[in-house]
Amino acid sequence: MKILVTVKRVMDYAVPIRLKEDYSGVDTAHVKMSMNPFDEIAVEEAVRLKEHGIAQEVVAISIGMLECQDTLRTALAMGADRAILVESALEIQPLAAAKILKVLALRESPQLIILGKQAIDSDHNQTGQMLAGLLNWSQGTFVSKVLVEKEKVEVIREIDGGLETLALQLPAVITADLRLNKPRYLSLPHIMQAKQKPLQIIPAEEFQLDLQPRLQRIKVTTPQKKRAGIKVVNIKELWARLKNEARVL
Amino acid sequence: MMKILFLMEHDNKVLNSTNYHTLTAAQALGGEIEVVIIGFRCEAVVHAAQRLPGIKKIFVADAKEYAHQLAENSAELIARLAREYHFVLTSASTFGKNCLPRAAALLDKAPVTDVVNIISTDTFERYSYAGNALERLSTKETIKLLTIRTTAFAAALPVANQTVAVEKIDTIIPNTLSQFISQTLTPAVRPELTTARIIVAGGRGLKTAENFKLIEKLADRLGAAVGASRAAVDAGFASNDCQVGQTGKIVAPDLYIAIGISGAIQHLAGMKDSKVIVAINEDPDAPIFSVADYGLVADLFNVLMEIENSKDIACN
Repeated sequence: MKILVTVKRVMDYAVPIRLKEDYSGVDTAHVKMSMNPFDEIAVEEAVRLKEHGIAQEVVAISIGMLECQDTLRTALAMGADRAILVESALEIQPLAAAKILKVLALRESPQLIILGKQAIDSDHNQTGQMLAGLLNWSQGTFVSKVLVEKEKVEVIREIDGGLETLALQLPAVITADLRLNKPRYLSLPHIMQAKQKPLQIIPAEEFQLDLQPRLQRIKVTTPQKKRAGIKVVNIKELWARLKNEARVL
Repeated sequence: MMKILFLMEHDNKVLNSTNYHTLTAAQALGGEIEVVIIGFRCEAVVHAAQRLPGIKKIFVADAKEYAHQLAENSAELIARLAREYHFVLTSASTFGKNCLPRAAALLDKAPVTDVVNIISTDTFERYSYAGNALERLSTKETIKLLTIRTTAFAAALPVANQTVAVEKIDTIIPNTLSQFISQTLTPAVRPELTTARIIVAGGRGLKTAENFKLIEKLADRLGAAVGASRAAVDAGFASNDCQVGQTGKIVAPDLYIAIGISGAIQHLAGMKDSKVIVAINEDPDAPIFSVADYGLVADLFNVLMEIENSKDIACN
């Protein structure tokens, strides 16, 4: 089978955010950028399915500026076979991303598309579900285990009350949760090899889709910080303060 | 008059308490609220929904095809119904997150997920960057689909004397794409995380699953729910549904006691709106202290022992 896997270039999870002075958004200039951690898990899963002989080809896709090529090279170094960058200077919101991915899915006819369940910058948690809806394919969201069988894939999903097992008819869309796997570290030889792998760049305009952002960002602010708390010396003092001062016990 | 369709979260037997919070958000929009319940043999849920204050009508799609509320056919049904409304609301639970974006895509509408504040009928606030940025978004979509972060809205109180018309939906959409196999639900021996008044949460500092039981013990003594950091869940100390954080559960109890949790931003994103936060950690530089109202720098095993042996530390 062929697997498509999506990767988003985001601010590294360890970098503290800085807002733009005009409150128009988060300043991402000159900060470390990385692959969205959930997408790393998605790539890892796809590559493992290939290593286990279940998948024959893994295609990594990213949408955005030319810098996203770095993210795609990382996916290639992890073991993806080739990469596609849909180049756009627009802010691509989830619905637009889903529309682009739908076109690519119809071109590439994969049996499985694996996405991260959310991106750690926008935290929307929408694209996979929307893509499955647009394609009218089955969806397995927040997945912590994938078992591919003949005509279907069995997934375990992390739900609020525990775990849920579903059988999805192929082709299917899966979104990866944290515990699906632990992504591998990249080795130098793999990073070098990745430079030779094919990476195709398609301008987003070629798709002739409505990609304009539907949600207008009016302002972005830092949530109000709590006042600094106090240190207590022992558990006795803590309990007394919780009872008499905070009145929560 | 604005028309709002409110999608209920339930398990065919019980109306989830999150609905009462989401109802408050629906009321903030102003307009006529109609409820839809999708399930199978869910009479008890319909009965409970009749006590939701201020709702105008209840639609019920009760069929075996909807028994597990899977996204493929539920979203299609929601999309069909949505065309008559200005808003579709549901809780930002794993159910809402799973179904609503799919329904939105079928309608070619961009949803707004995890809304924490309703500024006006077309402007909403939500967090991004693990709760470190609060963004105000406006949308011109003719049908606005929203998922609501329930901890950001107070619970509406049920009313006793109210008659609400119930209308059956006969449209049955089969799900040919996916099939429910099983569910493993963590037995509810303690209060639910998202609605608990007190939460005791443990992290990597507990070191073993055996030690994590001390957290559960303390929680039971306080009548509290048990939470965990990602590190504690990854290490197998606690089950996945205990995880609090950016990608786990978002909680805001009256009292959050974090024990042996260092406080990565991803964890803070899930709990920093708690009214009173207590941090117990042996590392005085742990970031959890930056959000704590009361911090105790101490060896947490000594602290847990001390708690266990102390008589005056109990509640309820």
